[in-house]
Amino acid sequence: MNLSTLRGSAAIAGVATFGCGEAPGFSEMELLARSAHAAVADAGLKMSDIDGLCTASVGSTMWSMPVVEYLGIRPTFIDSTMVGGSSFIAHLLPAMHALQSGQCNAVLVCYGSTQRTSTFGRREIAQARRWMDPQPYETPYEPFNPPSAYALAASRHMHQYGTTRRDLAEVAVAARRWAQLNPEAFMRDPLSIDDVLAARMVSDPLSVRDCCLVTDGGGAYVLVRAERAKDLPRPPVYVLGNGTAVWNRQISAMPDLTVTAATQSGREAYAMAGLGAKDMDVVQLYDAFTINTLLFLEDLGFCKKGEAGAFVRDGGIAPGGRLPVNTNGGGLSCVHPGMYGIFALIEAVRQLRGECGDRQVAGAHTAIAHGNGGTLSSQSTAVLGTAATL
Amino acid sequence: MSTSTPNPAELGTLAQHQAQLSQGQFQIQKCQTCSQHIYFPREICPHCGSDDVAFVTPSGLGTVYAVTTVRRKPAEGGDYNVSLIDLDEGPRLMSRVTDVPPEGVHIAQRVKAHVVVTEGRGVVMFTALNGVAP
Repeated sequence: MNLSTLRGSAAIAGVATFGCGEAPGFSEMELLARSAHAAVADAGLKMSDIDGLCTASVGSTMWSMPVVEYLGIRPTFIDSTMVGGSSFIAHLLPAMHALQSGQCNAVLVCYGSTQRTSTFGRREIAQARRWMDPQPYETPYEPFNPPSAYALAASRHMHQYGTTRRDLAEVAVAARRWAQLNPEAFMRDPLSIDDVLAARMVSDPLSVRDCCLVTDGGGAYVLVRAERAKDLPRPPVYVLGNGTAVWNRQISAMPDLTVTAATQSGREAYAMAGLGAKDMDVVQLYDAFTINTLLFLEDLGFCKKGEAGAFVRDGGIAPGGRLPVNTNGGGLSCVHPGMYGIFALIEAVRQLRGECGDRQVAGAHTAIAHGNGGTLSSQSTAVLGTAATL
Repeated sequence: MSTSTPNPAELGTLAQHQAQLSQGQFQIQKCQTCSQHIYFPREICPHCGSDDVAFVTPSGLGTVYAVTTVRRKPAEGGDYNVSLIDLDEGPRLMSRVTDVPPEGVHIAQRVKAHVVVTEGRGVVMFTALNGVAP
C-alpha cells in the first residue's frame, strides 16, 4: 500500500467564497458559515450530509468546537491541524484517508477571517501572539513579521542569484493583471513595475506592493469519495496528490533561505499524482509576498533554482505569459484574509471546472495549488485534475 | 533508569541561557555526542537527539547571512537592521548589527557578537568588522 492508491480517490464537489474584500459587520464565524453553506449547496448536499470537518483559526486554539456547534453538525472525523496558511491544503490528505476508510462520507473544509475590518486589530493580535506563540530568540530583535522574515529570504535570493527588486515587482504586476480579469478581486487598479519599485518600503527589499493584501473573507470546499462525486451536480475535481512538509517555525531556524520545504511537499504530491511540473496546466502559489512566488516556482520544479527571476520577467506569469500563475490575482491582488491557502485551492478548482470567465485558462485539466504557512515554515502542495486525468 | 523530576536547582536551557546573557555572557551549546554546535539552546540535540548538550563560549565571530531594514517612523526611533548571522561555529541566529546605519549592513560582512544588558536583561547584538567572508 502506498499513497498513490489514494490518487483520485476523493474529489472536490463543492466550493464557495463569501465576503472576500471587506465585510464590515460580520464575524469570522459568520463568514465561515456563509461560505460553508454555499459550498455544501454547490456540492448538491445538505449540511446534515456533512460528517467530516476540517478547519483552523489564527486566533482560537480550539476552533473546531465552536464551528461544530455553530453549524449544528456531528462529525465523525475532525482535523483542526494548524500549520498556518497552508492548513486548508494540508487538510486534504488526512480527509482522503478518513473518506477511504469509511470514517466519514463528506468532509467540509472551511475558514473565515475579518482581518481587515475586525476591531480587534493586527497590533493587538501581534501582542497576544508574543505570549501564546513565543519566539524568544527572534522577538527581542523586533522583526516586523511576517514581512521581515520574507524580506530576509528575498535578500538572500538576491545575493545568491542576482534576483532584483524589478523581478519581485514582476510578480506583483502579473498578479494585478490577473486580478483585472477577476471581478471578485479586491485590487484591480493598474499597477506598473515602477509603481511597485516606488511604493513605501516595509522591510527592505520588500515594499508594501510586494506584500499581500489584508482583507476579510471566507472560503470552503467539500470533499467526497470519487464515486459519489460523479453523481453530484458539479464536475468533480479529483485530488491526485497532496504532500505537507514543515522544517522550521522561525526564519532563523530555516536551513537555507533560498530552498523551502515545498521541495519536499511538492515531491510527495507529484509522486502520489504520478505527474510533474511540466504536466501542470494552471498554477496557484501562495503569494503572501512576491518572493514566495519565485521560491515556489523553483522549489516546485517550474524552473531551476535561482532562475525564477528570469522566468517571471517580461510578463512570464501574467495573462498571456509562459505559465498561468495565480489566475485569481493571488494574495497580492485578489484576497488575503489572514490565511490564503483555501483560496488558492478554490481558484484551482474553478479553473478546472472551466468557470473562470475572462481569466479562464483554456483546456485546463491539471492544476497545482500550493500553500505556505508561518514564515516559510510550512508547505503543502496539492495536485488536482479533471476526470480526464484519472 | 530515567527519572522525570528535575533537580530543584536545575533550570531549563532557556532560563540558563537568559541568565548567562543577563550577566553579559553569550553562550551557545555543543552536543557532547555528535560534537555539533547548537543555537538556539535546547534540552536535546536537534542533530542527533542526544540529551548530552553543554554550554560553550563561542568565538563571537560570524558572517551576515541575510539582511533587512525594518522601516519605522523617525518619531518611533527610525529604521533598524535585522540580520541573520552565521556563527563561525555553524549555528545561525537572528540579531542586529548596531554600529553602522541599517543600509550599511551587507550579506557576507564579518561581524562580532557582544551582549547588551538593558534593565537587567541581556540580548546578543553584533558589530561590523572590516572585511567580508572569504
